[in-house]
Amino acid sequence: MSRDHPARLPERDRPWMMRTYAGHSTARASNELYRRNLQKGQTGLSVAFDLPTQTGYDPDDELARGEVGKVGVPIAHRGDMAALMDGIPLGEMNTSMTINATAAWLLALYIVAAEDQGVPQQQLQGTTQNDIIKEFLARGTYAFPPAPSMRLTADTIAYTVEHVPKWNPINICSYHLQEAGATPVQEIAYAMSNAIAVLDATRDRVPDSRLEQVFGRISFFVNAGVRFIEEHAKLRAMAILWEELGRDRYGVQDTRHLRFRYGVQVNSLGLTEAQPENNVQRIVLETLAVTLGRDTRARAIQLPAWNEALGLPRPWDQQWSLRIQQVLAYETDILDYPDVFAGSTVMEGLVEELLEGARAEMAVVAEHGGAVEAVPYMKGALVDSHRERLRRIESGEQVVVGQNRFVETELSPLTADAEGGILVVDPALEAEQIEAVRRWRAERDQAAVEEALAALAEVAGAQDSDLNLMIPTIAAARAGATTGEWAQTLRQVFGGYRAPTGVGEAAAAASDGELSQLRGEVSRLQEQLGRRPKILVGKPGLDGHSNGAEQIAVRARDSGMDVVYEGIRLTPAQIATSALQEGVHVVGLSILSGSHRELIPAVIDALRTAGVTAPVVVGGIIPEQDVGPLQQAGVAAVYTPKDFDITRIMRDIVELVGAEAGASSPGANGSSANGSA
Amino acid sequence: MSAEGAALGARLRERDLSAAPAALNLLESTAPADREQAAALLREVSPASLGGEAAAHVIGVTGPPGAGKSTLLSALLHAWREGADEPEGGARTVAMLAVDPSSRHSGGSLLGDRARIDFDPADGGVLIRSTAAGERLGGLARATRAAAQALAAAFDIVVIETIGVGQAETEVADVADTVAVVVQPGAGDVLQFLKSGIMEIPDVLVVTKADLGQIAAATGRDLSAALRSLGSSSTPVIAVCSLPPPSGIGELVAALDEHRAGLDLAARRLSARRAGALSDFALEHGERGLRALGGRRAAQALLDAQEPGMEVPALVAALERSMQ
Repeated sequence: MSRDHPARLPERDRPWMMRTYAGHSTARASNELYRRNLQKGQTGLSVAFDLPTQTGYDPDDELARGEVGKVGVPIAHRGDMAALMDGIPLGEMNTSMTINATAAWLLALYIVAAEDQGVPQQQLQGTTQNDIIKEFLARGTYAFPPAPSMRLTADTIAYTVEHVPKWNPINICSYHLQEAGATPVQEIAYAMSNAIAVLDATRDRVPDSRLEQVFGRISFFVNAGVRFIEEHAKLRAMAILWEELGRDRYGVQDTRHLRFRYGVQVNSLGLTEAQPENNVQRIVLETLAVTLGRDTRARAIQLPAWNEALGLPRPWDQQWSLRIQQVLAYETDILDYPDVFAGSTVMEGLVEELLEGARAEMAVVAEHGGAVEAVPYMKGALVDSHRERLRRIESGEQVVVGQNRFVETELSPLTADAEGGILVVDPALEAEQIEAVRRWRAERDQAAVEEALAALAEVAGAQDSDLNLMIPTIAAARAGATTGEWAQTLRQVFGGYRAPTGVGEAAAAASDGELSQLRGEVSRLQEQLGRRPKILVGKPGLDGHSNGAEQIAVRARDSGMDVVYEGIRLTPAQIATSALQEGVHVVGLSILSGSHRELIPAVIDALRTAGVTAPVVVGGIIPEQDVGPLQQAGVAAVYTPKDFDITRIMRDIVELVGAEAGASSPGANGSSANGSA
Repeated sequence: MSAEGAALGARLRERDLSAAPAALNLLESTAPADREQAAALLREVSPASLGGEAAAHVIGVTGPPGAGKSTLLSALLHAWREGADEPEGGARTVAMLAVDPSSRHSGGSLLGDRARIDFDPADGGVLIRSTAAGERLGGLARATRAAAQALAAAFDIVVIETIGVGQAETEVADVADTVAVVVQPGAGDVLQFLKSGIMEIPDVLVVTKADLGQIAAATGRDLSAALRSLGSSSTPVIAVCSLPPPSGIGELVAALDEHRAGLDLAARRLSARRAGALSDFALEHGERGLRALGGRRAAQALLDAQEPGMEVPALVAALERSMQ
């Protein structure tokens, strides 16, 4: 080893920022959790908001039913934000908020909470995720159509660069793309294309002299899967592309601004429900992808918990993940060396390969007119990739230990307690939050709120307005408006939106033996029914994680059924009306947000009231102990992540519909599976 | 169970909209027992039973994928349903039949239009039904024709939405009172199809995405010029924007109404039923069946000799009798 390339750093590196993605139930309960986590050595906060907050509804909205406080904390107004940050010095804290469609609003509430603590906005540090394109592609918590959504994003960037200079106004997320099935090449290409769309939109909203700074404030939020060598190469490729983009497209010269900065949450898609203890070693290995190589090491890391595929993790589960980070940072020698991959021909080769693929795919997106216009194309491509991944797992080509190989297991003591090793949110909390937001509205200065919202509507409605939407947004936050009111005001101006589902664009499956056999069974069922078997795939509630529902819809089509798939965010009434009008033989519901105990019975109720007798099957993250109550509520079958063989699920459904038709009237006609109104 | 078809037909005739889903289940079924029931249902809503043609306006909406049909239909639906909250609000009841292509590999289909049409689930005056085109390439689902006829007895407006230009548009023209072809700005293929006569001249042409400005206006001008050169300057070309703030929707509603008002409805419906019967007969019995009748022209002559008030299954039965 020559002296020019010392094997050790003169001084050990400082560890990355350690966070835990957390928040549930209420602002007060989450505040306690945050304080405890900080005592345990966590160095930053990562706020998980519940789905109503993420999509812009108050707890008392019909669409919020069953979702309040489930996957995160409900924040309806400045009082909630103040309670959430109570006793946490916002001038020193670094807070990351996973918030997108309503990012401008939550940032405004945070700014107002800081004002209450006497902290000026110039001092605030943290991140708003604020990446709307990936919400259309993969995560589903959008609220407005693409064009006004991009304007909101651009305005938050323009505002923070000027007034909250240490804030990261956007995290371009490739994380959720991998969760939706993206290959490394797709992850790189779509994230970079997304960044281009954001920068182009922002360029129009800031003075030219600010563009370099804007570029420097853009950070990424990436994923890391268990193939951790290739995953590391992916990050190196992203760093190269980012610097290129800055220099060539945006004329950035300052090398500090050209640096590829990212935070990470490692892969959840690959975490299994079967033998969940194995997820711990998966998480450790994935973390190596983002920590081993010094030149592209993560700035901030948050790790999923070992039991995410089972339900919501408890504080203890999250502590385990924090300790993984601490062992890596403080016990191992990972921070002692310069980049350990420098000069590796294998790594260079992998990076070259990924760069080539990503550049080609970026060109395709550009041909579609950029990331916003290419959303339907990218969505279809992701659905296809995800299907290919599932096919490899189903066929055993891709080994998942404990799930499709080495499945023999002892009973796990980790899941032996009454709740099955997960957090259960008290359903009574929702009623309390509804009560609380109504009290808030009754006690505030109503005239001031109305005036602020009217001002917001005016700025939003002005065509080609130079006015930044952050300004009336902060004023509305200060006046005491609620999350639902802010979003509703903008919905009225911008209109609602439904993102493409991607399933229509998905290519037909290659025929394999099992699928052809299933098609034969579907044909026989068709003769029995008089009509082609028809299935409604529905996602009730606000949960936008539609990957599972999409795969079910595509496979049902490929097995020869007629499939009605309406995308996400449906009320029980909408599902019931569709099932009735469409004359479906079976209804499949998908929920991953933990709201199944409230929403599934509500949907069944609505279906039966409408006169639909078709059987209902449910898929999602459903804890073992909830299966019985769901069956009692009338669910015919429940599928969880351990049921990875989708063709088998289809076969079950075909049998179920056949048995139902046979039972209700022998020699049944097409209308027997469905009440004649 | 024997009276089920007739009972459903009678309910539709009395404009009981809640009978529609079960009626459609029956009309879509290929089971022999159901086919008999379906014929009984259609008898109840035939012009003979109704004492005239069904009052609904049957509108075909067709166009290439991505032209913005679903968004347009959402906007139209809202316009037609305006005033539904008041007893004399002037709202019209609407049934939409969305026809999607089927997968040639599996026979299955993904019916995605419903997702893009924004509707109020509590509004009993709206029905949306998706159907797969099945084995019939580019055309209508087998049951769509019968469904349109049955629903026309109960609803004020029946929309048949299909994808494509050319064959699909021709088939819709055989069923609908009014055909609207929807194109997006810059869509050169429709212009070419129109000029070369591959597609028939529609009753109304709609150019979507008027918010695109220049390019939308240019497309409208090109289409108008092409229509003039084909000697059809009366076909309205309407620019609409379905995104907020919407525009052109009221104009489109008026153009559709106007076309319908100027129509010889009895003649158009009669020829629709006869064309439908011929198509169903050919599907069932193939070229051999047609030869047994002495060819397509002879079959047409046979149909023309039947009572004008007969419904499609009765016309098919008449052809089948002549076959023997």
